[in-house]
This record gives sequence, C-alpha cells and structure tokens, in this order.
Amino acid sequence: MTQGHNYVFPVEGERFDEAGKVSVQVKQILKKIGIPDAVLRRAAIAIYESEVNIISYAIHGTASLQVTDDHILIDIQDVGPGITDIEQAMEQGYSTANDHIRAMGFGAGMGLFNIKNCSDIFEMSSEEGKGTHLKITINR
Amino acid sequence: MTLREIAELLDAKILVGGDHLGIEVKTAFSADLMSDVLAFAKPGSIMITGLTNPQIVRIASIVDNSAILVVRGKIPPRETLALAEELDIPVLSTKYILFETSGRLYASGIVGCVRKIEGPESIVPL
Ligand SMILES: Nc1ncnc2c1ncn2[C@@H]1O[C@H](COP(=O)(O)OP(=O)(O)OP(=O)(O)O)[C@@H](O)[C@H]1O
Ligand SMILES: [Mg+2]
Repeated sequence: MTQGHNYVFPVEGERFDEAGKVSVQVKQILKKIGIPDAVLRRAAIAIYESEVNIISYAIHGTASLQVTDDHILIDIQDVGPGITDIEQAMEQGYSTANDHIRAMGFGAGMGLFNIKNCSDIFEMSSEEGKGTHLKITINR
Repeated sequence: MTLREIAELLDAKILVGGDHLGIEVKTAFSADLMSDVLAFAKPGSIMITGLTNPQIVRIASIVDNSAILVVRGKIPPRETLALAEELDIPVLSTKYILFETSGRLYASGIVGCVRKIEGPESIVPL
C-alpha cells in the first residue's frame, strides 16, 4: 500500500520572522498520518534547522517532504553561496553567523550536527556559488 | 512542581496560559541559543531563556516544552505572545536572572534535561 504524502514548502532567505513555520506545519502533517511522537520530533528538528540555515545563509530554497510506508524523506535545496568545507561546517560549534543572526538566538554552530543526529541517513552536497542540498531519511 | 508553584517561587507574571498552571514539571533547560534547545530539551520540560522573539514559541512547540519561562524581567512582544496563545504554550516572565532562576528551580527539585555532555554520540534528541 503506497500512500501519497508529498509536500513542497518554499523558504525565503532573510525571512527570520518565518523561521520554524514549515517545521510546525510538518509536525502537524506527520501527527495526522500517525507518525509516533519521537519520530516526528526528529523530522521537525531537522526541518527547523534546515529552514533557519536557508533563511540565514541562502537566497531562497525549498523543503520537500515525502512520507512512504517505511520512511520520512526530507529534501532541502537552496540557491545560495554553498558550503566550501562541508566537514568543517558539520563540526559542533563552527558558525559563520553574524551578530544580527546571533542576537536572535541562532549561531550555536549546532544546526547541521542536529540534523545529522536526527537522521537515519544524512547526505549533503554543495556547490560553491550555486547552493546546498540535504537529503534526510528518517525511519518511521 | 506545578507551573503555579514555579510562578510563585519566582514571583513570575503569567503572560499566556493561566489555565494551565496545574501542569506538573520535572525538568528544565536553560539556553539563549535555539539550536541548543533543539539538541537537548526533552518533551515536557520548561524552556528558560532570555530571548523573546517568536522563535522561542516555535521551538517550544517542536520539542514539546510544557512552558516558556522568560528571565531578566523581559516581556516578549505581542507577536510572540499571540503565537503562544495560538499554539497553546504557557509563557511566564520572572525578574530573576538566568542563574538565579535555574538555581532556585534546581534547589526545589527540578533537574536539567541532560546533566553533562559525554560526547557527540550522547546527543539524542528524544
Ligand atoms: N544552506 C547553507 N548555505 C550556506 N552556508 C551554510 C548553509 N548551512 C550552513 N552553512 C554554513 O555552515 C555553518 C554551520 O551551520 P550550522 O547550521 O551547523 O550552524 P549555524 O547555523 O552557524 O548555527 P545554529 O544552526 O546552531 O544556529 C554556518 O555558520 C554557515 O557558515
Ligand atoms: Mg544553522
């Protein structure tokens, strides 16, 4: 039995006022589908951090959600500066966030690490000057 | 401790959720960085923070915080309180600083969501 749960959410750069909106929506969607709390929490955290990164560093992007019988697939793509050194960006505490971003409570350098920690499979690729692509798989 | 007892202990104003004061609280997490809350907060805990923007409410909703306790006498802007009403998350404000607030709660039996960080592997947001 395949259920067709597919959603695409646009995310605009610099719209800090909107940060977390997609995540809160996704949480409600997953709850309705009957995903257990502990699992939908991981999805919500991964999406939240991804949204904030697009808002903080990219021009614009999308967060896509696909729910299959076995998995929650989250695909995050943005158009932006990209990340030159992915390994460094993944390190806990590494952040290039400016004072404006920090004043809002972001810039701990924990986001990508949190995303990886919430994923069963985490893949990341980036091209300098073009953008960044995250593929997050969470088992249901 | 109930939210009501916490409010009394800290002489806190109840800004949102006056009808939820019977909620039982056992754990708390203090932070001014939102990613740290996402990494460490446990469901049912209260978030103690000096931030006041609407993000604190969305984060609280994501990690299932039972309430938000704002320190240093700050009163969140209307948009933050409106979102808290909408998502049904109590918001309290105390004039005590973060250190005092955390210390008083700890002395009253509230414990942290995690005690210390053992290593990257120990961070499991469940
Ligand atoms: N989508 C992106 N485009 C370009 N650079 C990015 C992107 N996402 C992350 N980065 C870079 O990687 C660094 C680390 O990101 P990460 O999300 O782990 O931490 P942070 O955003 O700095 O702080 P936090 O997420 O804890 O609030 C960022 O400071 C930024 O330099
Ligand atoms: Mg980030």
